[in-house]
Amino acid sequence: MTTAAPTSDATDEPALLAAVDVSKHFTVRDQLGRKATVRAVEHASVALHRGRVVALVGESGSGKTTLARMLAQFHPVSSGEIRLAGHRAPPAGRGYFRQVQLIFQDPFSSLNTLHKVRHILGRVLRVHGHAHTRAEVEEQVLSLLNRVNLTPAEEFIDKRPREMSGGQLQRVAIARALAVRPTVLLGDEPISMLDVSIRLDVLNLLARLCDEEGLALLYITHDIASARYLCDEVQVMYAGQTVEGGPKEAVIQSPKHPYTRLLIDSSPDPDRTGRGLRDQDDAEDLGEPPNLTAPPDGCRFHPRCPFAMDDCRRAFPDRTTFADGQWAHCWLHQHGRSAELDRTTSKELP
Amino acid sequence: MSQFLTNGKVRIGLAVFGAFLLIALIGSWLVSSVLGTDPHRIDYDALGAAPGGEHLLGTTTSGQDVLAQLITGCRGSVAVGLLSGVLAVGVAALVGVTGGFIGGRTDQMLTAVTNIFATLPSFPLMLIVAGYMANVGPVAIALLIGLFEWPVCARYLRAQTLSLRGRDFVQALRMVGESRWRMVLVEIMPHLTGILSSLFLRAVVTGVFTEAGLRFLGIGGGDSVTWGTMIAFAQQQEGVVRGMWWWFAPPGLFIALLGTATALVNFGLDEIGNPVLRHSSRAAVRRATAHMAARRDRTNTVEVAS
Amino acid sequence: MTARPLDTARSASAPSSALRGEPLLDVSRLTVEYVTERGAVLACNEVSFTLRRGEILGLAGESGSGKSSLITALTRLQRLPALTTGGEIRYHTRDGHLLDLVTLDERRLRPLRWTELAIVLQSAMAAFNPVMRLKAQFADVIVEHQPGITGDEVAERTGRLLRMVGIAPERAHSYPHELSGGMRQRALIALALACEPELVVMDEPTTAVDVVMQRQIMAQILRLQRRLGFAVVFVTHDLSLLMEIADRIAIMYAGRIVEIGAPQQLYTDPLHPYTRGLRDAFPPLHAPLTKLAGIPGSPPDLRDPPPGCAFHPRCAQRLPECEQVLPRLHQVLPQHGERQVACLLHDSIDPGGEAS
Repeated sequence: MTTAAPTSDATDEPALLAAVDVSKHFTVRDQLGRKATVRAVEHASVALHRGRVVALVGESGSGKTTLARMLAQFHPVSSGEIRLAGHRAPPAGRGYFRQVQLIFQDPFSSLNTLHKVRHILGRVLRVHGHAHTRAEVEEQVLSLLNRVNLTPAEEFIDKRPREMSGGQLQRVAIARALAVRPTVLLGDEPISMLDVSIRLDVLNLLARLCDEEGLALLYITHDIASARYLCDEVQVMYAGQTVEGGPKEAVIQSPKHPYTRLLIDSSPDPDRTGRGLRDQDDAEDLGEPPNLTAPPDGCRFHPRCPFAMDDCRRAFPDRTTFADGQWAHCWLHQHGRSAELDRTTSKELP
Repeated sequence: MSQFLTNGKVRIGLAVFGAFLLIALIGSWLVSSVLGTDPHRIDYDALGAAPGGEHLLGTTTSGQDVLAQLITGCRGSVAVGLLSGVLAVGVAALVGVTGGFIGGRTDQMLTAVTNIFATLPSFPLMLIVAGYMANVGPVAIALLIGLFEWPVCARYLRAQTLSLRGRDFVQALRMVGESRWRMVLVEIMPHLTGILSSLFLRAVVTGVFTEAGLRFLGIGGGDSVTWGTMIAFAQQQEGVVRGMWWWFAPPGLFIALLGTATALVNFGLDEIGNPVLRHSSRAAVRRATAHMAARRDRTNTVEVAS
Repeated sequence: MTARPLDTARSASAPSSALRGEPLLDVSRLTVEYVTERGAVLACNEVSFTLRRGEILGLAGESGSGKSSLITALTRLQRLPALTTGGEIRYHTRDGHLLDLVTLDERRLRPLRWTELAIVLQSAMAAFNPVMRLKAQFADVIVEHQPGITGDEVAERTGRLLRMVGIAPERAHSYPHELSGGMRQRALIALALACEPELVVMDEPTTAVDVVMQRQIMAQILRLQRRLGFAVVFVTHDLSLLMEIADRIAIMYAGRIVEIGAPQQLYTDPLHPYTRGLRDAFPPLHAPLTKLAGIPGSPPDLRDPPPGCAFHPRCAQRLPECEQVLPRLHQVLPQHGERQVACLLHDSIDPGGEAS
């Protein structure tokens, strides 16, 4: 049984935006009309604070995007609660979206290709009453473009999406979110569709917005290296369950959940000095994430876990908290077998 | 848009369309001022005359000038086509886009209505209704055609809107608080202009066809002249039996030409929307061959020079 | 003729084994253009490289770098408006013949497909026929190149191929959509290896799968490659992945190869500023974090490429002449082995030159 334990708070002020013990179950129908329930997210909690970046890391189907969309109130929660500045969040609408904005993964489809940047950004400013006259709109659009480093802004203001590259489009999308003047940004894999050489600039831009303007950011990604680069705190999700979280260096350098370890070991890393791909003579078949219409009982990672034991099949473990506020949901820690995790990995890591 | 107008098929199709539209517009002036006649005037000296002489396209059995009728008929036919097209696409846009965009129960209801209309055997029903109303004018016929033509268009539009609604940009606009109506009119509708114009052209031609069909079967009255009435009279007054081809062939040909024009425009639109079609076209092969030849010349020159 | 055994390593007498390290593919000055209504666009511009038997060549580049155009030209899968307008692809067959894949007609190309060169595409869902069971699709390929083979033999071979990539042979009865993404991708790799090709071209075969699966698939590819000895051209935008698997890496930018060399060389001492930028574009997983900067600007518009070195508008180290002079891909410093770079900063061919 998972408890709705609050995320370790560094500050006393309430989180700008928080999901408290939220779950999401979708009902789907197959071709024959049979109903099935997809258990996309189970008892997840995340808290976003002013000026801090939390990364939500997981593979596709881990529920990270669903969690973000619950935070954006695109999907209502099945259970649990979304809290805005310490209070139950108002229903989705202008009031809510004035605080919380989402940046989509694919900038090519998140902007209307038929309109100029001036219209795309200007409409938002008008809708939210930040600008009324044509001159005000122009002035503020230019300043938004400058804020997202689209310079010279005068050159970009009359461009249409198809005249821009992916990186430039994503900046426009970020500018559109900023035009609302939100306090929280949710980034749903904001760089994964971009060219490699421009990803870092977008990450740096997001980092700057958090540092200088005090935005709270949720960064959703499958790329744990970029999460380490950008964020303060990491949460790892697997098949709808949050398996581990805490300060980034603690989680990435000494993971306390076997899945986090697998994820880190699987990420390409040119600095890897231990067992590289070339020396791996026998790739063990590690299986694949489960089907979420019929997920395994207990910890959903147990069919792939080298440490699986009876308890793992029975129930999802409670949270174990470590020094630095790192925490994990793994029976190894409940059974005092934490050391095994480290021992096994010492062979694989430098 | 620029792509749209550079496509050869689209250009030809639109040119034909434009020509018919022009004739429809200035037709009555052409007939009265240039030909100096009117489609109903009877020339008792030339009953059922073959083309030539005073009557370029001959006359009908009752001595009416075929050319004058053809030109006036263009106006009648195109007017019926346009009116039915506007009605069909208008209703379709209202039903299809609304259903597709709003979704949920509204959509289910609208889809049900669309399906009911779509499954009705439209032509026989039109016959019955028109026959029952007896002596209906062209406007009523156009409305009737439009009424049975919209469901097909509505389905297309609903599907398109549905896919647009799922796109991220619509979600994003919702997040920034854009109002629903602006979302439909300013953000979504512009994406549908291509399909709307293609549907409209098709509806116009279907209108012309259906009107001709109804007239041929003797539905509708009044003294309006359309290509349909020309063929119908040619048949009723034994023009067909007597081999007076100049009477019924030109309107038939014009109807076919209008159909071909629409088909060309729609082929062109397909090519623009589907690059595979475009690049497998003969033009692409021709371009490629020419490019290779030019390149070979260039390389040879360089080699000689160096 | 019977099939060479798949499950045992090739015997030393097998020609490909003896020839390992010999050139397999000589690409010289290959030029691919897109001939559109609005004029021609150069997608690949005089690309030259040599691939040896049994070698894994990584091809890294961003969108629009020409890497996809290059491999569709290599495998002769290109469609109009793409057109190979210059250069040669000399392919050395097992029995010592030399074929130019650019000019080879379709009739003579056909027998080479699958047996000499095979391709693994990014999307297995698109590569497989969705309405045919896997076994039928394997049978198509196997029978085509080995007429007269019995049904049982085909089934047995299919099972063996699937097992080779870690899929249970019973899965041969499945339709592609019944497999998970990772499994489909592995099945596609098995299919590519069905006729034991000498060259397998892989176009981002793991971008559609997750990192854990990616690593498994990569390990499997490497294992099979070691055992069967085929050469690989591996295309991806993920330089950090290539660093781990490739024998050599070619970096493409705006339709040209700008640098080519061993992964270690490229990683520790990238010569081209673009290579350096690309290397630094991947934040480290364990090394100390520093503030990294991407490469400023955007990839060039190939319809209107910048004059001179296409990278110069984004290059921090550009020289005045970079705007006019097109650097050629050339050897640098003999001790670098086969290291080549196309950059005016490294213009000297003689050792001890002012290359830095």
